[in-house]
Amino acid sequence: MKTENQKAWFFVLPVLLLVAFNALIPMMTVVNYSVQETFGNNLFFWQGLDWFEQILRSERFHAALGRQFLFTFLILIIEIPLGIIIALSMPRKGFWVPVCLVTMALPMLIPYNVVGAMWNIFALPDIGLMGYFLNHVLGINYDMTQDPVAAWVTIITMDVWHWTSLVVLLAYAGLVSIPDAYYQAAKIDGASNWSVFRFIQLPKMKNVLTIAILLRFMDSFNIYTEPFVLTGGGPGNSTTLLSIDLVKIALGQFDLGPAAAMSLIYFAITLLVSWLFYTLMTKDDLN
Amino acid sequence: MALELNEITKVVGGQTHIKPTSLTLHSGHFNVLLGETGAGKTSLIKMMAGLDPIASGQVVMDGEDITALSTQKRNISLVHQFFVNYPHMTVFDNIASPLRVAGMAKSEIQGRVEEAADIMQLRPMLNRRPHELSGGQQQRTALARAIAKESKAVFLDEPLANLDYKLREELREQLPELFAGRGAVVVYATSEPEEALLLGGETALMQDGRVTQFGPTAGIYRDPANLSAAQVFSDPPINQARIVKEGTTAKMGSIHWHLSGAAADMADGDYIVAIRPNHILPYKTDTAFVPITGRVGVTELSGSESSAHFHFADESWVSLAHGVHPYTVGEEHKFFMDPSACLYFTPDGTRIKEERA
Repeated sequence: MKTENQKAWFFVLPVLLLVAFNALIPMMTVVNYSVQETFGNNLFFWQGLDWFEQILRSERFHAALGRQFLFTFLILIIEIPLGIIIALSMPRKGFWVPVCLVTMALPMLIPYNVVGAMWNIFALPDIGLMGYFLNHVLGINYDMTQDPVAAWVTIITMDVWHWTSLVVLLAYAGLVSIPDAYYQAAKIDGASNWSVFRFIQLPKMKNVLTIAILLRFMDSFNIYTEPFVLTGGGPGNSTTLLSIDLVKIALGQFDLGPAAAMSLIYFAITLLVSWLFYTLMTKDDLN
Repeated sequence: MALELNEITKVVGGQTHIKPTSLTLHSGHFNVLLGETGAGKTSLIKMMAGLDPIASGQVVMDGEDITALSTQKRNISLVHQFFVNYPHMTVFDNIASPLRVAGMAKSEIQGRVEEAADIMQLRPMLNRRPHELSGGQQQRTALARAIAKESKAVFLDEPLANLDYKLREELREQLPELFAGRGAVVVYATSEPEEALLLGGETALMQDGRVTQFGPTAGIYRDPANLSAAQVFSDPPINQARIVKEGTTAKMGSIHWHLSGAAADMADGDYIVAIRPNHILPYKTDTAFVPITGRVGVTELSGSESSAHFHFADESWVSLAHGVHPYTVGEEHKFFMDPSACLYFTPDGTRIKEERA
């Protein structure tokens, strides 16, 4: 028979209080806004679920959500394999290990808005190093301020540059925890490099990769600062991701009700997809 | 099937770890590498397996030079002293892994894995993962993988070292029959002389990165080529002392005995005598009759055998005899040495061969 010990609640109380203050209470404010209409002066009118319905039916929201999923999908499909490949090609011992690790960690140390500004200047077609090089040396017509494809390529490249290191470091941590004996055993089995990767390295990296995918999903799905600084959501609405659109509605149009409803939907999607990922990735371990 | 090593060496950072080594290892019996920790047993195995680079020399398997061949292509098996199984795979998948890599048909894999599992008594564990097994079962899994693969050479690097005593005895008894008739060259590294004797076959004695002697195990035990070979192949450690030879008499402290054969023919002077503990007995027999009296320091009783450590002529001696013998620690006891079991060496350790009748 399971014994229940109510004392456990006492021990999780500090964490519950902390979560309440930094998540639940602020979120309740958003919930409050999402079901009411306000014109200022602290006057509120009950609106029910109208804002939710409006957002869920809005084509503008669908478009932003589509862009957001596309962005996150591209980020994951590029950064996860790339991070694994870089981790696999990094040395496991010797002088170059710290050099590689520090080099890898550098992009992550730069603040988000600085990254956005850096890439903005870097990519400008007339004065930016990359923009100028592409246009005037290679003769490629590249202008992220005019061309949606160029804008997308730039924000994706920027995020890959900024965050692939996280995947690399996590994957590398998984790789170095594999004892030499497994590699030897695999060699003796006659395993090819691919088999070693498939049957030894990948299973050993599975746990850290689950974390990497989750973190990269949540971060890229909630990304705001870098693309906002880089493209401002343009040209047109081509790079207006969900968060940028949300800020436009909340602070640009000051439609607090719809913005609050959108925040909650946004939050629910992030939570749902994260939960799905996590459940799928850890399914085997639970059995 | 034969595995030949021709003058192979291993050099790490300018230091020679394995000095030029030549051996011809045959299938059909166990080939034991016997030496203390750090003697180079594991290095030699890794060189044969292609896991460690060879600085010079050749490895020849069945007439084919495989020196430059990668480990993957050598068709070998290796079982370590620590248990190496893939943690995320079941026992079945672990045993099957080399067969899958080789692209074998599913039905054949099934057959071979089940056969190996039956031999190693792993049938009920096939669906478990390594962490759900005991140490003995984990090592059985590793051995089953080696059996199922049916490779040309099987390297067992102290495979029983991390098992408890009972399991070790049990598996050691099984090992020779497991690999009998499989046609593989079996190389077994151990630091325990007793294991080498129990496994039989041929033994290569290793010391400081070189093979000091190689041949049938029992022969090497009886007839060590030099003092270090005698030291390596003795547990408890072999007794040794300085003697002075005069005519046909060997003098050691207050005692002396008659020399015959090659020992009698050597020039007068200083020599070293070595004698195994089981040839110094606490009672007189027809062969063990040279009396040594010494003060007993430590005694050990291990079931059917008793050993006594005693002091005589500035040396520490060990006697090992069957049966239970009542020694009193701190008191003088009389022991008897068998002069026909004495091994004689020059001061630099070279054996003076005693011709046996």
